[in-house]
Amino acid sequence: METPLTANISPDREPLDITGYERAGGYRAVRKVLGGMTPADVIDVVTRSKLRGRGGAGFPTGIKWSLVPKDVAVTGPHYLVVNADEMEPGTFKDRLLLEGDPHQLIEAAIVAAYAIQAATAYIFLRGEYYPAERRLRQAIGEAAARGYLGANILGSGYDLEIHVHTSGGRYICGEETALLTALEGRRAVPRAKPPFPQSSGLWGRPTVVNNVETLCNIPHIVNNGAEWFADLGLGDEGGTKIYGASGRVKRPGAWELPMGTPLSELIENHAGGMRDGYALRGVLPGGLSTSFITPENIAVKMDYASVEKIGSRLGTGTVIVLDDRTCPVGMLRNAEHFFAQESCGWCTPCRDGLPWVERLLAGIEAGEGETEDLDILEQHVGLLGPGRTFCAHAPGAMAPLASGLKYFRADFERHIHDKRCPWA
Amino acid sequence: MSIVDTDSDLTAEQRDAITAMAGHYDHKRGACIEALKYVQSHYRFVSDRHLAEVATLLDMSCADLDGVATYYNLIFRRPVGEHVIFLCDSVSCWIMGRDAVNQRIRARLGIEPGETTPDGAYTLLPIVCLGHCDHAPAMLLDETLHGDLDAARIDTILGIQSER
Repeated sequence: METPLTANISPDREPLDITGYERAGGYRAVRKVLGGMTPADVIDVVTRSKLRGRGGAGFPTGIKWSLVPKDVAVTGPHYLVVNADEMEPGTFKDRLLLEGDPHQLIEAAIVAAYAIQAATAYIFLRGEYYPAERRLRQAIGEAAARGYLGANILGSGYDLEIHVHTSGGRYICGEETALLTALEGRRAVPRAKPPFPQSSGLWGRPTVVNNVETLCNIPHIVNNGAEWFADLGLGDEGGTKIYGASGRVKRPGAWELPMGTPLSELIENHAGGMRDGYALRGVLPGGLSTSFITPENIAVKMDYASVEKIGSRLGTGTVIVLDDRTCPVGMLRNAEHFFAQESCGWCTPCRDGLPWVERLLAGIEAGEGETEDLDILEQHVGLLGPGRTFCAHAPGAMAPLASGLKYFRADFERHIHDKRCPWA
Repeated sequence: MSIVDTDSDLTAEQRDAITAMAGHYDHKRGACIEALKYVQSHYRFVSDRHLAEVATLLDMSCADLDGVATYYNLIFRRPVGEHVIFLCDSVSCWIMGRDAVNQRIRARLGIEPGETTPDGAYTLLPIVCLGHCDHAPAMLLDETLHGDLDAARIDTILGIQSER
């Protein structure tokens, strides 16, 4: 089984420096691309690989790049922005890549920036990821010293600067337009789409925002080809995926596995199954803003299409496990507290609706809920759903709530009937 | 507790560093979040005086910059302790018992989340998911991530820290 993304990663040592990374085949993709591929050639191989965004939305990367206008002389400068603002609760995959193999990301950013003809790239990094910041700055310095960054890279005539921007916090910065607003030094309020960032992004210029894991695939696709990448997956979707599991499993962790690995294999084989004395009740498959999967669907293949077919989303692919000794109402109260706190406050349904949802859930959890509270929660699922809000924050918040109300209805009713939390 | 002087101006070196950050962006204000964090790394929080200085350096109004400063949870506009504890309150850490860890920290330090110990040594704050979910519950103590927390680990970590 091939594990291109994590081949250089060993958690018990410092990441490879540039010499070690080059010895392991690193910067070959930069040499290949700058040595004779046109930007259109690069976009073509990435499009044919059918790589989809690993940040959660799953948009095809090659198509995203192809929407950037071609003529820099007309549009003004282009920008590449690496979304390293990993903040989806339950997600810890990009930190692994950032800390474990920073040069892989720098190489990927050079290739991607060349493909969209950007002369400046920003890595938008979570402020709390201090080791990642130190290692990225070190890697950028080493790459510049070897001539992989700066003016006239490897004599190709192509120039690129990469800057690390460490964030001031706030989950909403992971939303790509809010991220761009933050990068401009403003309060991170999302922007309406269209126009999409590819035509009007950072400072109104054509901009591509790509997730860390997405980009880390790029050098391998360039080196090994689109067909190789497609064949790595178990089903129709190509590549590998960094999956993870947290909650009351025996061995929580993250693993690079073929795209389409079944959820049951992830939990049983890789995470070692449930801890003794705990039973599985549900799984959020890709972070907090995805819908619950129940045990009868545990065999689902963890790829975009299969997870969508059973009413959820692959999201970040790092699963959160709900066990039978944890209160589902409490878990949802925790979730909606997060979403209410992290709302940017720009649009009314999200700003006013999410705190209301949190209060209702806290009331039910405390044994002070009424039966009609469940109807009000159901109404919010509709009012805060897709198409009703400025960005995807509130619809994301409604995904675990809607599925939780459906699958754990009896638990909600028991709280209301008994006037207490059965798990307390 | 060391004395942090926030009544004086930024040093020439600090002003130069902020000006250099502004050079990474098409418009100076792009550097404002990093500039505020840089000031904070020297003075622990951003005082009104320093906010005004940064605003001037980046061609922003104080009100505009304060709007940015107060939006972001990692930027402090009020003094904090010598050490800041960010205890994760997101879902995986909640499932794995972060409330009990929170209780232990509160009992050890005698403060509620959002407060600073009377000796100025610690401030306790909640934080969203730190990306350490496979070692939940987790917290960030200044720049160091700690995982697999329980009461005993908290006693050890806070014990070691207070002896420094």
